[in-house]
Amino acid sequence: MADALLEFRAVSKRFVKRLDAVERLAKRLGAQVAEHTVHAVDRVSFAVAQGEVVGLVGESGCGKSTLGRLGCALHAPTEGEVLYRGVSVTAGGGRQPPIQMIFQDPFASLNPRMRIAEIVGEAPRVHGLVPKAQVADYVADLLRRVGLDASYARRYPHQFSGGQRARIGIARALAVKPEFLICDEAVAALDVSIQAQVLNLFMDLRESLGLTYLFISHDLGVVRHLSNRVVVMYLGRVVEIAATAALFESPNHPYTQALLAEVPRIDRKRRTFVPISGEIPSPLAPPPGCHFHPRCPRAMPRCAAEAPALREVAPGRLSACHLND
Amino acid sequence: MTLLEVADLRTEFATRDGVLRAVQGVSFSLDRGQVLGLVGESGSGKSVTGFSILGLIDPPGRIAGGSVRFDGEELVGAAEERLRALRGKRIAMIFQDPMMTLNPVLSVETQMVETVLAHDKVTRQAARARAVDALARVGIASPDERLRQYPHQFSGGMRQRVAIAIALLHSPDLIVADEPTTALDVTVQGQILYEMQKLVREVGSALIWITHDLAVIAGLADRVAVMYAGRIVEEGEVEDVLDSPAHPYTRGLLDSVPANNVGSGRLNQIPGMTPSLLKLAPGCAFRERCRYAVARCGEMPELVACGPRRVRCHFPVVAAAAAAAA
Repeated sequence: MADALLEFRAVSKRFVKRLDAVERLAKRLGAQVAEHTVHAVDRVSFAVAQGEVVGLVGESGCGKSTLGRLGCALHAPTEGEVLYRGVSVTAGGGRQPPIQMIFQDPFASLNPRMRIAEIVGEAPRVHGLVPKAQVADYVADLLRRVGLDASYARRYPHQFSGGQRARIGIARALAVKPEFLICDEAVAALDVSIQAQVLNLFMDLRESLGLTYLFISHDLGVVRHLSNRVVVMYLGRVVEIAATAALFESPNHPYTQALLAEVPRIDRKRRTFVPISGEIPSPLAPPPGCHFHPRCPRAMPRCAAEAPALREVAPGRLSACHLND
Repeated sequence: MTLLEVADLRTEFATRDGVLRAVQGVSFSLDRGQVLGLVGESGSGKSVTGFSILGLIDPPGRIAGGSVRFDGEELVGAAEERLRALRGKRIAMIFQDPMMTLNPVLSVETQMVETVLAHDKVTRQAARARAVDALARVGIASPDERLRQYPHQFSGGMRQRVAIAIALLHSPDLIVADEPTTALDVTVQGQILYEMQKLVREVGSALIWITHDLAVIAGLADRVAVMYAGRIVEEGEVEDVLDSPAHPYTRGLLDSVPANNVGSGRLNQIPGMTPSLLKLAPGCAFRERCRYAVARCGEMPELVACGPRRVRCHFPVVAAAAAAAA
């Protein structure tokens, strides 16, 4: 993609649990112990264009948060490359890409012993974005921008509600003037009415600051509302990428279909639930072939043998399923 | 036939900053086999209502007034032995975090057999057979083997199934479920809802499902009660309340759900935030955030019948309610 802002190129991330002393000794004595490897992200490729909102959905353990952290160089990829404007984000050179991350837990991600003025103002001061004398005004301006009273700057995190803390987290991310925000379950911990306020804030900021988002969430309703395009992950792999409307109208991959069928909806009253069978397999020992085949209602022998490639099934639409052949 | 009759239930907690009135006069009734969804945001008093029904309020909390009649028997002020005889036997509770129910150092078998023997005089073998049967009913594969395992050997969804199996051991008349699927993934939640629905239909238990998720309620419940700041603000059939809400808060809550705003750029948010229960001004608790509020909202509206539902508002959206009735 020519105008790609953030691009994942065949990115993989594996976490290896090293053997401890006892296990190493046991191995030397001939016991069958091996290092555990978690394939958190497995050869993921996609790009986010300037000004776009891309939703990244999947269930626990599918690697969506790890991918988000790879995107802002909190993790280094085991294989592949993460590029920002064509330059590798891990290449270093002293200059960080203008990407900021907003975390899920508004309680754990704010230092309880720092005042809001310091939480929000520290990074721009350290990076020399704002002269020291103007930091207070800068922080006040940011707080107003996210809908908080500027006088709150003297307070500590425990004096705020969950929704207000989420706003503080956003103000902190905005303080270094990012172009790109990676939101990892940024509204998952909030009540519905507060969630709506924060989602609206994200949309307002996108317009006023020209931001691009990678919005990670397990909540399909939120993703549908915010995103232009949706990336669906299952056990470390991307199974489908499509424009939001197309994905929700006619999901291609059986996993996406099952996921959409499972989402409780207000317009479906007193329905009889028909769940998909099985649980997400452990990423320590993913099934061979297509990761979804043990749960897939339309699995064929080929699915257990061969992993389907993610390829274009319609313009702008990619899916990884043998059924498309 | 009425199984549970809650009338003017009041539960409060003594805190350093004063008395926190978590539940302020909640009334509803529930028939056998009926599913009631109790919806609200954090701090609305929905969980405390559920705990109060089972008498699970410990100091500094106390049930300050009202009545909970279960199958004709008054539970508020009942002796602790009596409540213990009912809990787990005729009234069961399922918690959000299954590890609150399960003891991490005991095998699932020990815990399930113990639950059976606590109320029924049967042999250990018979108790174990019932435990195997209960695990099979909630969709756990190879229950005989799983029974010997410990809670940490189960995934989150499986643990919640075990907690549900324990709750169902005595085929209770009433199950109070406090956000049991909130921490679970969508596909696992779908499985739990499926099992729960099937079991309630088989056993004929009445179910109170406490949640903040209106969409889950829509699929599962027969009736819904919406709580705000310790009071029920609207209660009625699930179709009436969710399709044509009469209370401005219910309306606002439904408008805040992203799925209800497809295609529009912004969500219709409710301004402001939930008021602190310690500093509640007199009158309607929602009036600070309500776009229709007028001077009269300074006095507390009663929960009055409005067609087939009950609404706590001086100016319910009657047109919508009438349209729903027609």
